[in-house]
Formats: sequence, structure tokens, C-alpha cells
Amino acid sequence: MSTVRISDDALAIALGADELAAAFEQAGATVERTSSWGMHWLEPLVEVDGMGFGPATPADVPAILAGTSDKGIGAIADHPFIKGQQRLTFARAGKTRPLSLEDYQATGGWSALTRARAMDRADVVAEVIESGLRGRGGAGFPAGIKWRTVMEAAGDEKYVVCNADEGDSGTFADRMLMEGDPFQLIEGMAIAAHAVGAGQGYIYVRSEYPHAIAKLDKAIELAAQHIAPFQLEVRVGAGAYVCGEETSLLNSIEGKRGEVRAKPPLPALEGLFGKPTVVNNVLTLAAVPHIMAEGGSGLYVRLGIDRSKGTMPIQLAGNIKHGGLYETAFGISLDELVNRIGGGTASGRPVKAVQVGGPLGAYLHPSEFHLPFDYEAYAGADALIGHGGITVFDDSADMGAMARFAFQFCAAESCGKCTPCRIGSTRGVELIDRIRTGGKVMADAVEGLPQMHNARKTGRTREEELALLNDLMEAMQFGSLCALGGFTPYPVRSALKHWPEDFG
Amino acid sequence: MQTSELDAIIAEHSGRKGALLPMLHAVQQAYGCIDAKAEKAIAEALNLSRAEVHGVVSFYHDFTEAPDPRPVVELCRAEACKARGVEALVAAAEAAAGERVNLKEVYCLGLCSMGPSARVHGKLYAGLDEAELVKLVTTA
Ligand SMILES: Cc1cc2nc3c(=O)[nH]c(=O)nc-3n(C[C@H](O)[C@H](O)[C@H](O)COP(=O)(O)O)c2cc1C
Ligand code: SF4
Ligand code: FES
Repeated sequence: MSTVRISDDALAIALGADELAAAFEQAGATVERTSSWGMHWLEPLVEVDGMGFGPATPADVPAILAGTSDKGIGAIADHPFIKGQQRLTFARAGKTRPLSLEDYQATGGWSALTRARAMDRADVVAEVIESGLRGRGGAGFPAGIKWRTVMEAAGDEKYVVCNADEGDSGTFADRMLMEGDPFQLIEGMAIAAHAVGAGQGYIYVRSEYPHAIAKLDKAIELAAQHIAPFQLEVRVGAGAYVCGEETSLLNSIEGKRGEVRAKPPLPALEGLFGKPTVVNNVLTLAAVPHIMAEGGSGLYVRLGIDRSKGTMPIQLAGNIKHGGLYETAFGISLDELVNRIGGGTASGRPVKAVQVGGPLGAYLHPSEFHLPFDYEAYAGADALIGHGGITVFDDSADMGAMARFAFQFCAAESCGKCTPCRIGSTRGVELIDRIRTGGKVMADAVEGLPQMHNARKTGRTREEELALLNDLMEAMQFGSLCALGGFTPYPVRSALKHWPEDFG
Repeated sequence: MQTSELDAIIAEHSGRKGALLPMLHAVQQAYGCIDAKAEKAIAEALNLSRAEVHGVVSFYHDFTEAPDPRPVVELCRAEACKARGVEALVAAAEAAAGERVNLKEVYCLGLCSMGPSARVHGKLYAGLDEAELVKLVTTA
């Protein structure tokens, strides 16, 4: 009997992959647990001799084994969702067993590290710069330039820190990479360590990802000889979104409150424990083994458009028919991603809005769907690519409620260091509530007190409340220390601009 | 809380760089909270003030100061799960939870393509409808 392959990715497990694998074993089949292909609407997906069946339940087991199942999708590698992609970072997705060193080596694993270690560190940095690789965590800072700063920094105690806090709603590529191909991340970190001269690395993973943490712990143990003398350790977050911000993350590893640090000093010069530190996102570091393979940087820089080079693992999420992981060169339009590849909404209703880049990203209207996936093009439209998450909403979405949630989320997750974010977020929730209920008709009890000389004694019209909201957002945008307070106005403004009817 | 056990947890982690978070995770895991006594012992071991330790405990959502013996159902209510209709399920889940279950609002479990998502006793669930969610709550 042939081998049955089922993913052990957390999403597949959440949809019943473990029970399904047990049922196949019970039926006498040999089951191999692999990474996920990233076609989430088909999970749990079963692969037998390259042919796919999904979404499968234990009841489908006999038919799949007998070859009579009607859940067949044909050859997985030929599925249009897979065929249309250009997978570099996710080249092994669906194909290898995540913790098999044998599989990793057989698919080119460790060759980039071997090559890089035979090179002068300045040449490694030069190739990463040449590749055009930019940070995938959100800010898009050129990775090689950051590495060069750390390489040139004085001192022999340096660190490489992987930012695996992935708190943005609508994103899961870091999680899939850590669960599906942990050795590739480890190899990327070891190359970074060689390039900058670091001896110790940390991977800071959010506590919501226990599967990824378990895989990484095991993978680090298995890979120890390959990366020695470089040492790696996983550190687990504690449920704070703001700890994805790099300086807050460093404080958290140091055992402090996750408060954001003022810059300068740059973490590259004074980072973890005050030492020069590379902080990069999972996807940034995982792209490195491909780039450092022979000729890899030259290939990478030829993909993409303008200053957005290479590929981006895009995450199709929310109310979308074909959700999952889609890695492709920069430049692709939202229309293509949402309508053609994603198949429109899961509910079958018209698309109303798409939020790109997580909770701090703008809501884009279908009239903006021509925008090419490119850092600068999005910035020019007051939007952001962020970590590449695309969350689709159908016409039942209440954009006023989503704008309110943006403030509510900011209030819940603010680190509290600066006033516009800490206080402004709560005032924002109140303002949206008032706007949605037609403005504040009368002064409240406190405003009416004789001591409150400066407070208005009359209510505000809707227009006046809106002006106040705009003032507040300006204070947050320009007066906040980090992007949590500084970008919360973006989803709010875009919702107000395109869907004013949702604000009462 | 047994003092010897607490001492063992503290001893296990105190040699590490940046020991506080791993230590707090271990204490939270073992006792379901980080109370005043634990804060004091940790502060002593790491040569910190009690206020510094308390500041860290109170900063992070994962750490609690008092135990809550109720079963926990974590329901994701972030954007992508909202887009897939989680808000319409909340009232029924709350009614099923009552006082018996701690129905906790969380922001993203990384299953955003197939929400609504939840986590119960470490197990993940995706693509929940109302009946499935209510069942998760009542059997938690
Ligand atoms: C509020 C906030 C949350 C962030 N969350 C993350 C995150 O979860 N993962 C991440 O890689 N970067 C996150 N960032 C960006 C980091 O500060 C930093 O730019 C990034 O880790 C640098 O790595 P890169 O250059 O490889 O992108 C966040 C930033 C802010 C302001
Ligand atoms: S903007 Fe908010 S999260 Fe960022 S530093 Fe200021 S208070 Fe902290
Ligand atoms: S938004 Fe609910 S799992 Fe990500």
C-alpha cells in the first residue's frame, strides 16, 4: 500500500488532520506527516502518490484508499493555486517532513551555510545587499544594510534575533514556515550570525504558537552540529502584540516590560543586553538560504518591481474562498489576488473591503484593487503591505465597527509609553461611538461643572465630532513613538473615507 | 503553593540570561497564577525589587495575579475572524459559558484563512459555526 501524506501544520490539525491520520493508520496505511501546501480551504489535504484529496474526514478514508473518492483534486503540484506561484521561501511546502534532516539535506539544505562560511563576511553582506532583500516584518528596511551596520559595530558580543511574534491578524506565514521548514530559518540565522559575527541567537515566538515552539525546540536540537559554534534558543512571548516591535521585543527577552525604546540608539548598535543586534522577521531570515546559494542573489533581484525585489509569501485570509499561502514576486495586483486566485469571498457575496498589512493597515476599496503589491505603491496610497496579510470582507461588514475595533485594539495593546497612543486610543473608541449615534447632544456631567472653565457647555454636531476625530488621529500619527499608535489612524481614515455610510 | 517546588522552578531558570520571562511562564504554568509570594521569591532570586517583577507580571496578558479555576475557551475576535462572522456567534457562546466557563477574547491564533477560530485546553479549532462553538463551550 502506498504512503499517505497529511500535513501536521496547526491549521490542518485545527481542521482534524490528527484524527484523519489516525484513521488512515487504523486502516493499515503508512502515514507521513509533512508540511502544508498552503491550500487551506482543502485542509486536511491527503496526498497519495502525488494526487490530492480534500478536505478529507475520517469517513473518506476507505474511498481514498480504494481510489473511488470524489474528493480528488488531481495532481497537487499541478493545481492552479500551486502552479501559479513562485515559491522560493516556501519551496519545500507540502513536500518535506518538517523535522527530517534527511529531507532537508536532500532538498539543498545547509549548502548555503557551507558556502557562506567559506566566504569573507563582508562578501556575504554584499550579496544580501545585492539581492535587494527587504525586511518582511513590515517596515521593509533593506536587510543587508542592517547586517552591515552590525558587522561593522565594535565588540565581540553580538546577537541575531528572529522576530517571530507574528501578531497581525490575517497573517500566518511565519507560523507555517516555523512549523513546516524550521531548518531553513535556522540556516538563515546561522548565515546572519556568520555575517555579523554573532555567537548567540534567539527566536522570539508568540505564546499563541505552541506547535511552532515545539517544532523549533526539536529542530534546534537536531541542527546543533550543523550550526555550531552558533547557539540558538527559543524565547516565548507572553501575549503582548506590541512585543513584535523590535525594541519592545528586546526588552521582553531581557525580562522587562515590553515597552518600546526610543531610537537612537539603533538595535543594530545597542540592541539585546546593550550589544549590537540583528533583528529580522522569520521570512526575512528564511529567504537568506536561497539568496546565499550559488547565484541566488542575482536571481532574487531580478524578481519583483521597482525597489520591491524578490518574492513575498502573501497570506490570503478572512472571507475568501481559496485562503492560504501564496508566494509570488512583488507587483501582483489585489484584483488578481482576491478575485482570480482567491476566488472572491467564501460567503459568495460581493467583496466590500480588503485590509492589507494587519491591524495597522488601511482598508482598501475595490476601486483600488489595481494597486501593485509594492512597498512604495502602497505607501503612496496611504496603505501598507506590512507582513503581507490580506483580509477580505464581504458586503455584510460594518466598517464603522471595524474602525472602532482599530482603536479598541490599540487601547488593549498599547505599551503605555506615550500619551497619544495610550489615551488617544480610548478617546477614539468613544468618539466613534458618539459619531455613530449622531454626535454628542449635551455636555456631560463633568464638562458641566463650574470648575471646567474651558470645557464646552453645549454638545457637538456630527461635523464637530468628526473634526475632533481628525485632530486626534493627527496627534496619534505624528505624536506616537512607534507604529502602533502612529498607524492606528490608517484603518480608521480609510474606513471613513470609503464607507462614510457605516458611521451613522 | 509549595515553597520547595517554587524554589525548584526559580533555581532551574535563574542562571539564564533574561531569566524573568521563562521563570514567570513556568510559575504561571505550575500554579495558574503568579501571586505575591511568588513575586517576592522571584524578585529575591533575580536581585530585583518586587515592584519590578510586578510591573512585568501586570504588563503581559498571559500572566495573572490570582488563579481562575474555570475552564478557558479562547475565542479569536481579530479582523480576519470578524470577516468570517465570529461576532454573530458571540452571544450564543456567552450564554453557553455563563459563569462556569471563562470565555476569553484573543487576537489571532494564526488560522486566519479558515476562522472563526478558538483554542480550548491547548487544542485548536477552525471553521467553527454556532453549534460547534456552543458545544466547545459546554464541554470545556
Ligand atoms: C506594533 C508593532 C508590531 C510589530 N510586530 C511585528 C511582528 O510581529 N513581526 C515582525 O517581524 N515585525 C514586527 N514589527 C516590525 C519590527 O519592529 C521590525 O521592524 C522588524 O522585526 C524588523 O525585521 P525585518 O527588517 O526583517 O522586517 C512590528 C512593529 C510594530 C510597531
Ligand atoms: S505608540 Fe503606543 S505602543 Fe508605541 S511606544 Fe507609544 S504607547 Fe507604546
Ligand atoms: S484572526 Fe482569528 S485566527 Fe487570525
